[in-house]
Amino acid sequence: MLFCLLILTAFATVKAHGLFGVVMLSGVFSLLSALLLITLDAVDVAFTEAAVGAGISIVLMLSTLTLTSRREKKSKNSNLIPLVIVTLTGLVLIYGTLDMPNFGAADTPSQMHVAREYIKRTPEDIHIPNIVTAILGSYRGYDTLGETAVIFTAGIGVLLILGRLSLRPRRRTKKIEKVL
Amino acid sequence: MITWEFIIGHLNYWFFIVLMMTGLYIVIAKGNLVKKVVGLNIFQTSVFMFYISIGKVIGGTAPIFPVDMKINNDVVYSNPLPHVLILTAIVVGIATTSLALALIVRIREEYGTIEEDEIFIIEQELDFSNTRSNTDKPIGHF
Amino acid sequence: MKHHLILRVITKLLVGPIILFAFYVQFHGDYSPGGGFQAGVIMAVGIIIYGIVFDMEHAKKVLPPWFVHKMLAFGVLLYTFTGVISFFRGQNFLDYSALSPHSAIHGQHYGILIIELGVGITVSGVMIAIYYAFGSRTSEINDAEW
Repeated sequence: MLFCLLILTAFATVKAHGLFGVVMLSGVFSLLSALLLITLDAVDVAFTEAAVGAGISIVLMLSTLTLTSRREKKSKNSNLIPLVIVTLTGLVLIYGTLDMPNFGAADTPSQMHVAREYIKRTPEDIHIPNIVTAILGSYRGYDTLGETAVIFTAGIGVLLILGRLSLRPRRRTKKIEKVL
Repeated sequence: MITWEFIIGHLNYWFFIVLMMTGLYIVIAKGNLVKKVVGLNIFQTSVFMFYISIGKVIGGTAPIFPVDMKINNDVVYSNPLPHVLILTAIVVGIATTSLALALIVRIREEYGTIEEDEIFIIEQELDFSNTRSNTDKPIGHF
Repeated sequence: MKHHLILRVITKLLVGPIILFAFYVQFHGDYSPGGGFQAGVIMAVGIIIYGIVFDMEHAKKVLPPWFVHKMLAFGVLLYTFTGVISFFRGQNFLDYSALSPHSAIHGQHYGILIIELGVGITVSGVMIAIYYAFGSRTSEINDAEW
């Protein structure tokens, strides 16, 4: 059921022309994927996906829309080549999944070695109930440091790009008006 | 090899691949820059769901112990390792999205449009006028 | 936004519980789903919804931009400092058992608490700073076209 709603939302995003609707559909997509992630037992990830995708992402995109335009121009190019590329890539990926284990099997290599060690040793080493926080904070703490640095760099980048108020007149637009 | 069990077991992977290809199609085929960013977001989210569906165990539960830490050894937990990786990936995803949106705002301010083909035409004309003016004076443009 | 009475009343009711919930998620990251990232995002959402419904100038009076910029760097520094402190006790980088001399498990608890705090501060600072940056641009499209 959730699968069908997700596919419907994705196809609606392809077809929609008003950009406001496209942004709202992306928020709906994030919310539905958060629901799907809960049924896949990933509660931390669902929490983050719902907060980020249906919260911050919509705010940022709507801010961008107020500073840019609101409708999408109708494209005159043919859509055949992108469809062919996308179908070919999809077929190659499906061929790649033929070797994968069945969904939910308990004896696959990804479930056996490292994960079992983490689940077994968290009560002894760290003694906190949330295994995901234990791995994120303690066993793989260095990765979390790198990720904090990444989000810090993104903040700095946006501040550098959009830091000042918009000045006018612009030199480039003067040159464009001279050209066109 | 192609049994009913095989198809049911792999159906969710194929389903997420369909979602991924929809997102990729939006990125390639549509010209509007904001729509491309939305398509990229759809692509990223479906990759995350694909990755987490690998770690699920049927009959398992979320990887959180009970609060009083009385651990029952019969309970099967889903794999917590993909959750950790995807948590990092989501945060990196918003970082890229916000930077992309900031760049789109600046492009709109400089060129007056966010459609890809119009930007291409403007860039070509700017290059053309730059090469023409470079033959007149040796100093670069601006 | 002065004439949207329902929005203003609901926002006044909601901003307090949102920020409280952000603190709850931050400090209960050990016991239930949560942690630094989610708490940072929820705190930023609380401030952003206040800034959208009421004027952004009021939000800037509560959290001025220079404070938010310092918050960004402070979180990362807090995280790195926790790692460096274990150098002084003779252990490896980010080895939390060096934080508490008499019990390794308590050291782990302290370590996870402090680094989640650092991550939460940085993430909320980044989201609020991005919102301020987007919001201070003067828009070239007037409202009639919208």
